[in-house]
Amino acid sequence: MTAEKPDNASSILGGQAELIPIYVMGQRVDVPPSLTIMRALEYAGYTLTRGVGCRGGFCGACATVYRLKGKPALYFALACQTVVQPEMYLAQIPFFPYRRADYHLEELQPTAATLYQLYPELLRCLACGTCTKACPQGIDVRAYMAAAMRGDIAAVADISFDCIACGLCSARCPVEETQYNVGLLARRLTGRYLSPVSQHLLDRVQEIGDGKFVAELQLLKSLEKAQLAERYNAREIEA
Amino acid sequence: MTYTESMLASIAKVDASRGSRMSTPFRRMTPEERDDVLRRFHPDYIQQAMREIRIGRSQGMRTPLEMADVLEGPAQIDPATFQLGAPDLLCDVLVIGGGGAGASAALLASENGAQVVLATKLRFGDANTMMAQGGIQAADKPDDSPAIHYLDVVGGGHFANSPDLVEALVSDAPLVIRWLEELGVMFDKLPDGAMNTVHGGGTSRKRMHSARDYSGAEIMRVLRDEVRCRSDRIQVLEFNPGVELLADASGRVTGAVLLDLETREYRLVGAKAVVLATGGGGRLHYQGFPTTNHYGATGDGVVLAYRAGAKLAFMHTMQYHPTGAAYPEQILGQLVTEKVRGLGAQVCNLHGEQFVFPLETRDVESAAFIRECVERGNGVATNTGQQGVWLDSPMIDQIHGAGTIEKALPAMVRQFRNFSIDMTRQPILVYPTLHFQNGGVAHAPDGSTGVAGLFVAGEVCGGVHGENRLMGNSLLEITVFGRRAGRSAAAYVQGVELGERTLAHLSAWEQARREAGVSGGRPSPILLPDYTRHVRQVRQDPLIPVG
Repeated sequence: MTAEKPDNASSILGGQAELIPIYVMGQRVDVPPSLTIMRALEYAGYTLTRGVGCRGGFCGACATVYRLKGKPALYFALACQTVVQPEMYLAQIPFFPYRRADYHLEELQPTAATLYQLYPELLRCLACGTCTKACPQGIDVRAYMAAAMRGDIAAVADISFDCIACGLCSARCPVEETQYNVGLLARRLTGRYLSPVSQHLLDRVQEIGDGKFVAELQLLKSLEKAQLAERYNAREIEA
Repeated sequence: MTYTESMLASIAKVDASRGSRMSTPFRRMTPEERDDVLRRFHPDYIQQAMREIRIGRSQGMRTPLEMADVLEGPAQIDPATFQLGAPDLLCDVLVIGGGGAGASAALLASENGAQVVLATKLRFGDANTMMAQGGIQAADKPDDSPAIHYLDVVGGGHFANSPDLVEALVSDAPLVIRWLEELGVMFDKLPDGAMNTVHGGGTSRKRMHSARDYSGAEIMRVLRDEVRCRSDRIQVLEFNPGVELLADASGRVTGAVLLDLETREYRLVGAKAVVLATGGGGRLHYQGFPTTNHYGATGDGVVLAYRAGAKLAFMHTMQYHPTGAAYPEQILGQLVTEKVRGLGAQVCNLHGEQFVFPLETRDVESAAFIRECVERGNGVATNTGQQGVWLDSPMIDQIHGAGTIEKALPAMVRQFRNFSIDMTRQPILVYPTLHFQNGGVAHAPDGSTGVAGLFVAGEVCGGVHGENRLMGNSLLEITVFGRRAGRSAAAYVQGVELGERTLAHLSAWEQARREAGVSGGRPSPILLPDYTRHVRQVRQDPLIPVG
């Protein structure tokens, strides 16, 4: 698994496959066809600081827009999760100006009025679906914006849950929404106010406050390794 | 990127054995079997991959070669020539690191009266926290208790853990879950409100709380939003990694030197206390392993703290997550969450046979995978020669009903689908990958390090996990100790009187290097791994020379 540059996907650089042309911000570079867009940029000599993050599809840093030669369509992708294609003509959108409402969650109510008040532009949504087309996660952004307009906060939270806040929806929106922050607000309202109460959690918090487990923990802390091991190996395991 | 023909032939055997396997689970190893497989196959036990640290307060401690090199490296800045003028920013508490630990520390420090600057290497939230999928442990069910959690933690850590740290971890766990929920984290629940919890490797109770398989992302985006909502008390500096701490003549930490990655200018932040929450070092690629870690995980905080005089703990032990993706090549080493096994998926070899209980602790499970491939020759080879074993994901829908995988593991399904593999219908190939730094900066339960004004939280720390961390205890560690470090730092800065900001500790470091005969080496912290391929000469000087 070692290589001169021990990136996760280094060994594919050593293959004998023919190179393919891609265009990075208009500049042609020839790269191995098995690389992700991110690795292709590094192969081409770029050292990334913007447009790179977790490299695993979770952080939304590497939002990328591309066209393919001869085709009218605009495509959207995460650079770390997408393999290059011949004649790909791409640019990264590592940052896009967004709007985020300031609030104190504990002072809010989980109502439609809260959404409208903090994000009044929400009501301008044209339901054109450009956001949905732009989402590299395949989230139906239009559907959760529709739910937001109806004031169905739990539905917004559910549909938007896999959002990684890459910002492509907002970048493409003709009426200047910041959809992913509407989703974030709805999820926080849901987590705090709309999810059913976990009584067992509240009970345990109370018990800890009452010091119920202090003595037992003190005892465990005082045990020697052999005594701990004996108890550990004799644990009852929940089925 | 569909499977090769030889892989498909092996998958057919996995499919064929599924029915009988489901009714005959593999037995757990005995303590003796666990010890044996660890000693013979776990990467931590490969002596030639380790060496002793030659300088500093933990001199003589063994650590992987790559970590020893960055620990002993020369500083990024030269204390003899670096100009320490007036600071560009002043604050009470400087938090270095913008993951879950840093965000938690910033929130608690500000709640306790401190003005906070949070500086981070890339974007706020670009951290391993964001990538943690499986969940967070907390003993909050009636048949569970912090004491049972304690026993699981120390057993998993080979009984080497710091008892005081484990006590803090398990005692705060339910409080942290409640805190996160009040901040709006959407935990998976049953209709009656009970947390929908599952097992993790090495747990004796089902106490893994999750938010689908975006558990860490859900926690991170909520914490980040809360920090941003408090911009009157917390200033966030992105693309500004810490490259050195500042200290006064008596060694008390007084701020840090940051490097602005955009302008390449150094920025001085004067602070009465610093919380280091810089995460781990998977991008050092110990022993050439691929990693699940974030791009910025280069072990910076350990380097900074060590030069400032902190002690280290458990630097000989790293966590190799058993289920890193082994195919396709494009996602080699990326995390396949333990929740897949928590939901019932078994592990099979080339012949479709089980060879290990799926929820041994991570170190044991990893060592068993390596043994199956290396010693027994029962690994599945990919088109690049990479070895792996099957994780039988389709079982999950058979156990829990159709649609469970899509609902409980959307990130995993999406990741493989991006590369044309449908894990709801076919098993996925896995092999151990470098995942976590079990050790790090030694600290007390309040986050203090023994260096006045220096606090730590999260993966940069060592002690709570002993020699092996259990799944679900890292999201717990970052929130428990992030909160504690933030609170402690805010208390410490009340009334503290500090001397002039200096780099005296760096001069002492350089002298220690000379005396130990250590010379050269790549300046550290290294900040980013080097993945760039250059085929032509590279200009080293600035494009427009300064001055």
